[in-house]
Amino acid sequence: MSTLTRRAAATRATPTRFDTALAWSPRPGPGLVLRILLCALALFVFAAPFLIIITGAFSEHAQASRLSLLPTETTLQNFSVASDRGIWEYFANSLVIAGGGLLLQMTVSVLAAYALARRRFRGRALVMGLFLLTMMLPEEIIAVPLSVVLGDLPVLGLDLKGTVFGVILPVGAWGFSVLVMTEFMKEVPTEIEESARLDGVGEFRMLWQIVLPLCRPALGVIGIFGYLMIWDQYLLPIIAANSPDDYTLTVALSILRADVEVGSGVVLAGALVALVPSLIVYFCLQGSLVRGITAGATKG
Amino acid sequence: MTAPAAARPPAKPAPPSRAARRRRWGRAWTPWLFLAPGLLLALFFKFIPMIEGIRLSLHEVQPFLGDQWVGLDNYEQVLNDDRFQEAFGHTLLLGLGQTAGAIVVGFLLALLLEGQARTLWLIRTAVFLPVVTALAVVGEIWRLLYLPTGDGFVNSVLGFLGFGPQPFLDSPDTALWSVMAVGVWIGAPYNMVIILAGLAGVQRSLYEAAAVDGVSLWQRLRYITLPALRPALTIVLTLAAIRGLRIFTEVYVLTGGGPAGSTEVWMTRVFSLGFERNDIGVASAGSMLLLAVTLVLTVTVRLLSRERKS
Repeated sequence: MSTLTRRAAATRATPTRFDTALAWSPRPGPGLVLRILLCALALFVFAAPFLIIITGAFSEHAQASRLSLLPTETTLQNFSVASDRGIWEYFANSLVIAGGGLLLQMTVSVLAAYALARRRFRGRALVMGLFLLTMMLPEEIIAVPLSVVLGDLPVLGLDLKGTVFGVILPVGAWGFSVLVMTEFMKEVPTEIEESARLDGVGEFRMLWQIVLPLCRPALGVIGIFGYLMIWDQYLLPIIAANSPDDYTLTVALSILRADVEVGSGVVLAGALVALVPSLIVYFCLQGSLVRGITAGATKG
Repeated sequence: MTAPAAARPPAKPAPPSRAARRRRWGRAWTPWLFLAPGLLLALFFKFIPMIEGIRLSLHEVQPFLGDQWVGLDNYEQVLNDDRFQEAFGHTLLLGLGQTAGAIVVGFLLALLLEGQARTLWLIRTAVFLPVVTALAVVGEIWRLLYLPTGDGFVNSVLGFLGFGPQPFLDSPDTALWSVMAVGVWIGAPYNMVIILAGLAGVQRSLYEAAAVDGVSLWQRLRYITLPALRPALTIVLTLAAIRGLRIFTEVYVLTGGGPAGSTEVWMTRVFSLGFERNDIGVASAGSMLLLAVTLVLTVTVRLLSRERKS
């Protein structure tokens, strides 16, 4: 094993042209120049719009016709106008919904996965199938009937419209995180569980103190995917709202845009505020995100 | 594969004592205790709406007057509706175009940014940003970038390259392509990550052997790299294309379906019928048709891929 890792370290230390599919050469030369130019192009295409959000949000008189990569006269004017239009209230809505929704979704997924992965019981395949079916029923497809159901919850007779629960509860059951969590929990060796059971550990403590700490990588994956899924919600906050005051920030951006009295700079300020939590989550959980994407691709 | 399973004969359980039986009974319902929150939420916010959707799609929904059973009339109305037919074409074109574009651009990005160097990692991190940005934010930015006059951002870049200003989202001729470009912009970095993982799995010795044999770069890509990627990519792509059928947020934010219905997709049509014109019955029929199509396609793809694997 040590020779293997040493050899891997050696190849990494001295990159060769066999390291990449396109045989990029690490030595200075026309190839390297071309690669740098193409990287600059890729950066420009994919990252420049984000630079424009930042500079536009802090620029005075930012207009759609005067967007640039570099700030002109920096000002906080756009943010103060945006706060007059209530973006912080919208932002608070967004944070409550994302926080509450994610907490609920992760709890629900961990509990369900524990039963599906660690227990044998009749009907397990059916339950798994039902959770997979929830992935086929995204908020968009069932939006019309969902808005009817949210207004008058069957049996319970509750009206969830106009409350944050109208968004939080529907995102609670998501087949994707149940699936990821179940697959991961299956890998935890049963010996650990058996020895703990001999010590008289109950089910909830078993899950909380023994299985869950071993599932931290999977928690990262469902955490970031869940966050992205909830932050992306657009139609759901619209149908769950009684008035525009109930909107999340991402939805409220369209109100800012339609407001003729405010300029593009204010829209960009709102967009920047909506972007910051995503950036924080991304930089904290980048590894989990990449792991989740590649695992999904190999499993198919 | 089967050897280890055969080597381990099932342990014969001892006859259970009374206490053990009670414990077993306790264990029989604990899984359901753990499943209850998820199943209840799924029931109330997924399955009941689905059933309600089927019910509504078979009724003419009239507020205050009560719903009236109309059979399959709503479905007939959807299928005969010109705007739904047009929307179906746009949806299909967008789904296929975005998927194909995102895979090509994603592949080029992966080839460009493959490597261990820290700079490359940094560039990959930046290029990935569109994927983690909320769709609504992406839509609002691109609305601004796509400003149709000559001093709009994209147009000034095009002007710098010597092209005249484009109307982008403002003209029925270019709006759909502009929306598609945004879809590619969002999807390509995601595919890049998948392809990078596939590239990392290609044996380096194959590249060395190919170099010894003196094959060209193109042959190397064609006969070593692409075959290594194919298994991971095909299913991901097919599922992405199917998911593309329910595209809504990007289109709604970018164009709202306009101009002149040129970017109307299935879901924006359902939205405007259901929430703007309050035609709940027909909108539900449209939703349920989309659900049926995506469900059938997904299940078929999954079964086919499982069959091929075994």
